[in-house]
Amino acid sequence: MSIMTNNASDATGDTVPPGEPTPDATYRAGDPVQEKKMRRRHRWGQFDFKYSPYLYVSPFFILFALVGLFPLIYTFVVSINDWDLLGGAGEWVGLDNYVAEISSPLFWNSLFNTFSIFLLSAIPQLLVATFIAAILDQNIRAKTFWRMSVLIPYVVTPVAVTLIFSSAFDEKYGLINNLLQTINIDPVAWKSEVIPSHLAIATMVNWRWTGYNALILLAAMQAVPRELHESAAIDGAGSLRRFFAITLPSIRPTMIFVVITATIGGLQIFTEPKLFNPSSSVPGGPEREYQTTVLYLWDLAFNRGDFGRASAVAWMLFLIIILIGLINFFLSGSIASSSEGGSRKNRRQQRRAHKHAVQMAQSKIASNRMSGSNVTAGEKGGESHE
Amino acid sequence: MSSATLAKTTAAKKSGAKGKNFSMDRRPGFLTYGLLIAFFLGSTYPLWYSLLIGSNTGAVFASTYPPLLPGGAFWTNVAEVFNTIDFWGALANSVLVSSVITLSVVTFSTLAGYAFAKLRFRGRQGLLVFVIATLAVPTQLGIIPLFMVMKEFGWTGSLGAVMVPTLVTAFGVFFMRQYLVDVVPDELIEAARIDGASMIGTFWHVGVPAARPAMAILALFTFMTAWTDYLWPMLVAPQNPTLQVALSQLQSAKYVDYTIVMSGALMATIPLLLLFVVAGKQLVSGIMAGAVKG
Repeated sequence: MSIMTNNASDATGDTVPPGEPTPDATYRAGDPVQEKKMRRRHRWGQFDFKYSPYLYVSPFFILFALVGLFPLIYTFVVSINDWDLLGGAGEWVGLDNYVAEISSPLFWNSLFNTFSIFLLSAIPQLLVATFIAAILDQNIRAKTFWRMSVLIPYVVTPVAVTLIFSSAFDEKYGLINNLLQTINIDPVAWKSEVIPSHLAIATMVNWRWTGYNALILLAAMQAVPRELHESAAIDGAGSLRRFFAITLPSIRPTMIFVVITATIGGLQIFTEPKLFNPSSSVPGGPEREYQTTVLYLWDLAFNRGDFGRASAVAWMLFLIIILIGLINFFLSGSIASSSEGGSRKNRRQQRRAHKHAVQMAQSKIASNRMSGSNVTAGEKGGESHE
Repeated sequence: MSSATLAKTTAAKKSGAKGKNFSMDRRPGFLTYGLLIAFFLGSTYPLWYSLLIGSNTGAVFASTYPPLLPGGAFWTNVAEVFNTIDFWGALANSVLVSSVITLSVVTFSTLAGYAFAKLRFRGRQGLLVFVIATLAVPTQLGIIPLFMVMKEFGWTGSLGAVMVPTLVTAFGVFFMRQYLVDVVPDELIEAARIDGASMIGTFWHVGVPAARPAMAILALFTFMTAWTDYLWPMLVAPQNPTLQVALSQLQSAKYVDYTIVMSGALMATIPLLLLFVVAGKQLVSGIMAGAVKG
């Protein structure tokens, strides 16, 4: 036995059979050493109970403060100084770095590229992932195999994905331009024009993430109560109608979750544009056609050594991501409440209507079961008569 | 009730719940399987393509039609990969970095997640809200001060510097908390306590066994994320590269030989493909479980 807790006396009281003297009493009467030991144990037990939780959460908080939070906050300190890679901390310049960046066309170019690539990947991805999830959400054979198959791209790392697609999108010899030429379409300048390069980079992101998101949406679809589908089916709704009327509204929270995670990741895209075109001496394309914001800040900080301005970029991107997260959050909140109906009375009515519908469905199912059991009973009876 | 009638009613229930006319239970037709095969081909063709290019010579790559079958130059190309980068050294670095990060994240997340889910202490609610709030914080944007600190300490170029920023994640803590809050009954912990177990003893004998499935999933995803990372290892330790960094160095030359790059990309993908063969099912169920838990 190890340490007694502050409930020790209760606990021993419980375990001692009635009629026998309690161990507490014997200790108190006889052995002062034993008593002292007990009290020390008791005190340690209380200490253990009270402070252990802090001990368990502290490694996380200490490490997170050091390597997650501190750098983020210190980025702001760097951003209000004229800081450079070699010279170290320069003089305090206030918001000059921010002003300089806001008036820099390169900064806006990087934001445009980031958002363009993000939209080109997020929207098709959500649509296709929902479609794949709906296909997987059927009574198919070899379920696990098909689910695993859409996840294969996820185990190919972004670096490898970029290398593979960079070859396929090669302007001279790449697979895609070769195929286009065989159907008499002019080759596309995938690596040196704005929209084609954004499409190519979005394709890489989509390839890697669509199956992953499809599985998340599939899980949400499978959590939709079966009764809803059954009652709608009994009322004559076909599978397409049920998909739009039941499945889609039910998985909306999960879709918002997917959008939020895609936003946080998508606005920090770096690997794909960095490695897409190694023969360009400027990171992100010869004319910065696909230089995203993180790539821009990396270039600013580590190629040009301007830590101050790069930190200002980092902080502005940070604020943009938080802002979009908050907008998503409130938007999803208002969607949820509007779908439930504005007033409380309205909501209560809806809830009652929903309850009623489910009860109706259940009674219908129950009556089906009854008639089913009657049929089987009848058949059985018939057999026994023969 | 006799066993015969019991069997009858369960049979009836089954036939009622799975009505013949209900389309959710019908096996789907050819269209569905055709689409599934199309998804499968879409998921695998880029890898197949990398094998096609990586196993042929540059002349084949430059021809108009892509080759239909792998050629015989794969091992020549792989030998060239080994000449260009220290493939095995980078592989060892990646294994080491990812393993240490995984061990650290899983240990500290389980401890903290257990405390948040099952122990009562002052400030618990506030700290948990803090963890949830930091889920959405892009910590990657703190690379500039992180780099400065590493340089100050003279850690640049070491694998330790690669590991440090991701030794804990808010996601891990939240994930373990969500799992443990339902799985371990409060009575069990109370009982262990009344029996005189210490707090750490209760954690070890009650918390950890219950947490094991979630720990496995968290380990899998943490390992994948660490393995995949490129920006930070490239920045802080290019002279001591992980596999991703080494792989990217394959195409850093002015002239890019895609046959070598492709065979390298394929070689670098094999470890994770093996992991996928072993643990793909767990990955699928992990993603699906995470979605429902939120």
